[in-house]
Amino acid sequence: MSFRILTILAALVISLCLVASCFHHDKSAPHSDALPDVVSYNFDIRPILSDKCYKCHGPDASHREAGLRLDIADSAYAPLKHLKGAYAIVPGKPGQSELIKRVTSTDITYMMPPPDAHLGMLTDREKKLFEKWIEQGAKYERHWAFTPPVATPAPEVSDKTWPTNEIDRFVLHRMESEGLTPNEPADKERLLKRVCLDLTGLPPSLDMMDRYMADNSANAYEKMVDSLLNTDQYGEKMAMHWLDVARYADSYGYQDDNIRTQWPWRDWVIHAFNKNMPYDQFVSWQIAGDMLPNATKETILATGFFRNHKYTEEGGVVPEEYRVEYLVDKTKTYGKGMLGVTIECAQCHDHKYDPFSQKDYYSLLAFFNNTKEVGYEGDVSVSKPAKMPKLFLDSNDRKNLLSFMYNKDTGTLSVSVMGERDTVRKTYLLKRGRYDMPGDEVQPNALPAVMPFDTVQYPRNRLGLAKWTVSRNNPLTARVFVNQLWQELFGRGIVKTSGDFGMQGELPTHPQLLDWLAVDFMDHGWNVKRLVKQIVLSSTYRQSAKATPEKLSKDPDNAFLSRGPRNRLPAEFIRDLVLSSSGLLVRTIGGPSVKPYQPEGLWEGATSGRGVLATYIQDHHDSLYRRGMYTFIKLTVPPPSMIMFDASNRDQCEVKRLKTNTPLQALIMLNDPTVLEAARVLAERLSLQRTAPNEKITEAFRRIVCRKPAEQELKTLTDYYNQQLEQFTSGKLDAGKTLAEGEYPHEKNVDVNSAAALMKLITVIYNLEESITKT
Amino acid sequence: MEKQIIEHALSINRRKFLSRLSLGIGSVALGSLLIPDLFKGGVDEEAIMAGLPHFAPRAKRIIYLFQNGAPSQLDLFDYKPLLQKMQGEDLPASVRMGQRLTGMTADQTKFPLAGTVFQFNQYGQSRAWLSELLPHTAKVVDDICFIKTLYTEAINHDPALTFFQTGAQQGNRPSMGSWLSYGLGSENKNLPAFCVLLSKGKGNGQGVYSKLWSNGFLDSIHQGVQFSSGENPVLYLSDPASMPRDDRRKMLDKIAELNDQSYKEFGDPEIATKIQQYEMAYRMQTIVPEITDTSKEPEDTLKLYGPECLVPGTFAANCLLARKLSESGVRFVQLYHQGWDGHNNLPGEIKGQARDVDQASAGLITDLKQRGLLDETLIIWGGEFGRTNYCQGRLTKDSYGRDHHPRCFTVWMAGGGVRPGVYGETDDFGYNIAKDPVHVHDFHATVLYLMGLDHEKLTFKHQGRRYRLTDVAGKVVNGLIA
Repeated sequence: MSFRILTILAALVISLCLVASCFHHDKSAPHSDALPDVVSYNFDIRPILSDKCYKCHGPDASHREAGLRLDIADSAYAPLKHLKGAYAIVPGKPGQSELIKRVTSTDITYMMPPPDAHLGMLTDREKKLFEKWIEQGAKYERHWAFTPPVATPAPEVSDKTWPTNEIDRFVLHRMESEGLTPNEPADKERLLKRVCLDLTGLPPSLDMMDRYMADNSANAYEKMVDSLLNTDQYGEKMAMHWLDVARYADSYGYQDDNIRTQWPWRDWVIHAFNKNMPYDQFVSWQIAGDMLPNATKETILATGFFRNHKYTEEGGVVPEEYRVEYLVDKTKTYGKGMLGVTIECAQCHDHKYDPFSQKDYYSLLAFFNNTKEVGYEGDVSVSKPAKMPKLFLDSNDRKNLLSFMYNKDTGTLSVSVMGERDTVRKTYLLKRGRYDMPGDEVQPNALPAVMPFDTVQYPRNRLGLAKWTVSRNNPLTARVFVNQLWQELFGRGIVKTSGDFGMQGELPTHPQLLDWLAVDFMDHGWNVKRLVKQIVLSSTYRQSAKATPEKLSKDPDNAFLSRGPRNRLPAEFIRDLVLSSSGLLVRTIGGPSVKPYQPEGLWEGATSGRGVLATYIQDHHDSLYRRGMYTFIKLTVPPPSMIMFDASNRDQCEVKRLKTNTPLQALIMLNDPTVLEAARVLAERLSLQRTAPNEKITEAFRRIVCRKPAEQELKTLTDYYNQQLEQFTSGKLDAGKTLAEGEYPHEKNVDVNSAAALMKLITVIYNLEESITKT
Repeated sequence: MEKQIIEHALSINRRKFLSRLSLGIGSVALGSLLIPDLFKGGVDEEAIMAGLPHFAPRAKRIIYLFQNGAPSQLDLFDYKPLLQKMQGEDLPASVRMGQRLTGMTADQTKFPLAGTVFQFNQYGQSRAWLSELLPHTAKVVDDICFIKTLYTEAINHDPALTFFQTGAQQGNRPSMGSWLSYGLGSENKNLPAFCVLLSKGKGNGQGVYSKLWSNGFLDSIHQGVQFSSGENPVLYLSDPASMPRDDRRKMLDKIAELNDQSYKEFGDPEIATKIQQYEMAYRMQTIVPEITDTSKEPEDTLKLYGPECLVPGTFAANCLLARKLSESGVRFVQLYHQGWDGHNNLPGEIKGQARDVDQASAGLITDLKQRGLLDETLIIWGGEFGRTNYCQGRLTKDSYGRDHHPRCFTVWMAGGGVRPGVYGETDDFGYNIAKDPVHVHDFHATVLYLMGLDHEKLTFKHQGRRYRLTDVAGKVVNGLIA
């Protein structure tokens, strides 16, 4: 019996894969099998070259075969060193190009890529693309992402009524070229849930639903968006993604994994989003807030970004090994999180795909190499809440300059931040990436392939790097952020590989839209709220998420956006939804992280026994009901219910979460005490209301699913409620035991049988797919 | 019970899906049926998966008995009488060759050699040396391949452990078990492919961390699922005590009915998957407690593992549970036993540690052999590095400590295509390798080979690069293979 289910499941997977594979057999934006009229180097050719050829014929000098580079035209057109009279590429003449001869050969001693490279052969289409490209002159272009974005006017579209703003014209234009049409607008209830979750991470309250449903004015939606952008929860929502980028955690990681105090930095991030700090400033402060001419404690606090990574407190380590490790982490986080490049690949050798040499890598790392940080401050027995350089925050600071901070405690806090040494520490290229194998000295320098580092404008220090990063001409910073934001709203970036805009990254599905958004963003002062509003007001965003079989087969990934986003909520927001819909949520912003319910023995089973986090001491009262982003993250044992729902383990910078659908997630929703307690508390409260059962059921459904149940749904739920009530009343099920969930005080004078039946019903609602999905 | 395991009537047109199944991709190559999005990575991964396994596997499953903290090879396996002769003398500089030391002994002015206080004898046909601390292991010596010459670059626990488990000292890479889950899937549709069991000795402990069984950039379905031998073997598995099974069934039917309506409205395949995952969860609730219940094991089986095997959370109990999981088709069972970090009072601590693990480790070999499963199950036993031949701290007649030593240490393997015997030699000081070194990458390459996988071909593309367990190195050690 069970095998049948699995067979169906397997078949489902396969059928989707088959459908998907028809579409995605190369890495560019999906397209049909026909060859384009003009073969584009950037869109058609470079992805193949990068994936199949650069490993041996690319930027990495030390692994280059036959002295041939295919990533630059001069080398590709030049006579081959090892084959007299032959050329890899002869523009206009595919028949004379050695490249074509080799990729079409089946002789294993001659063919390319060679079998032992394990890269596979080119597909027929790829071969034809090469032929046509060479026929058309084999023109090379600069990598699109390393060229500053230029805004082209939004294209004309045939359906003039659909677009709300420019975004829609770009999107519709692409849809029309793919033979797709947009979905109808989402219904009002579902749109409200979607936008509330996207802007605050919380579902709408009953009151918001009522108000919005009753508001028939033309700008009702825009008014709602404006009011959401002005809630404090907006900052929390926006900070969530940035905490992944910044690998924020509450412990030091590594084996003893003691507690640290970085949460004041986390609170600053929330504050920065809430006061709508321009993104260029947001980034500059985090890179070099301590070096600004008018630095304040707030700007210094921002640099905590570069101190969130792990620190070892293991006895006996070689300090320099770890000091270098920390620099490596900082460099990777900067590269991936802010520039969207895989610079870390050049730590041990030249980058194999992108034009970043090993020297470039260490020149970038050099910017971070001048802080007062040391590799080791002693083992866990002398552990402190912060490591030098530190920022001290007394209660005065927190009352005045940093008034956004949680201010319950009166003591002085210390936070790990950046701080420069008085003398310049020399930086060396490290051979094979090894801390104890220094090579030539390097000077601080930002990635020349991205944009030259003009030393007249920029000092050779972190402040210079900050200025370079947010320069109007930097081709990456704005694009990368706009793309991350798009990804958070639609579930997929315009560039799907949001952490890799290099040669191996995927090409944008809507390159002109991405550039238009990036330029518009910079033109309007890097205004984040404006950008968010622009996107959520678009018709693209407001479409219904319904997927017809036709659309599913044409565009399973919704790359062309002919339907609205439909995504399961991130781990933290699932918790938030459960707590807020039941009325349990405590809305305090910021402060030290909290320890809600967690299965017993997890910390104890994995600890060395040293440090204050050896045992999990669960909190009580309000601390049980804080938002998911405040759940304590112990790096070596991150909260299991979060991890199972694909939260980042915060070990490294992450710009994109995986999205899985597993049986363990089902078990959490069915048995996690957090869910059961929420169901119980809401049930007790509803059972005290003088309303009919179907009204209580409707209210519970509205609170959790955020819409009124359909007639059939209400009937199914009412049936279940009645069955359960009968079971409890007849004593077949034990109402008292069922209700004994969680520490929250019970309501008095509750009819236990109907409350227990309601609790079960609410558990059913929490377990609906739609409840934890943005629909 | 079987009757209750009834799938909910779905509106999905089964025949349609089944007919698509026949379109291609041999159903066997699907890998774990627990993996709904096996091919999510795209064509690249699909191509990789299509050729699996790369060659005929020698072993189908692995049980890895990780000895966390680094057991002393010099007091257990690697007999060096010279150290006893030179007791207290300084380690010659010609042997040390300026190799780096940890910060704990780097400042010592002297490195006094410390011979083991334990008796060694030779056993079996291989005449392998073993200390008196391992009397049970001594009885199964001829099933074991002792690799004397493992070595690593890491000198501290966290990076060394991480290296053994993920092939890299730093970085959020997938664990060995995750790679196997990704490459081969699970043999049991109701169990994860990769399970983890923790236990602790009384010796100086080093923590373990969930990153060691992390899926890294692979799909999180490949992450190790922690099991325990207690009442709640898997997190969140147990229903509330107030809820009978048929009541859970009724609840799941309602959930499925409502989800199904939503599927009809939205057509999102994720909804269909969700419905299936709830069914899977229900089956896990039935099957996992049956597997983790060791109370019905026959007396003579329990005897093999020793009396502690009935005490939940002990290494012995975990070995028995590991056998049951493995026998049920779990691809990779990872145990960790903490407490081997003998920086001081090593002779005192190691006695207890050895007692914790000796009988159960040997018992596991015997048990699998009796069941005819040893041939297809690979057992691995060892720590993240070895311990120094010189004393850390004060050397007395009957006590010493040993610092971390990455240059040579012993790991043993048994079953699953391994050639029993002794592999490799260390020098007379037990400090450097004299013959046949085996790097951690080589070890990984060999283990993958035994499982039918080519370590250079089992790759996953992430952030533009194809990653593998062996990073950019590693070669299969043929001398270890039967």
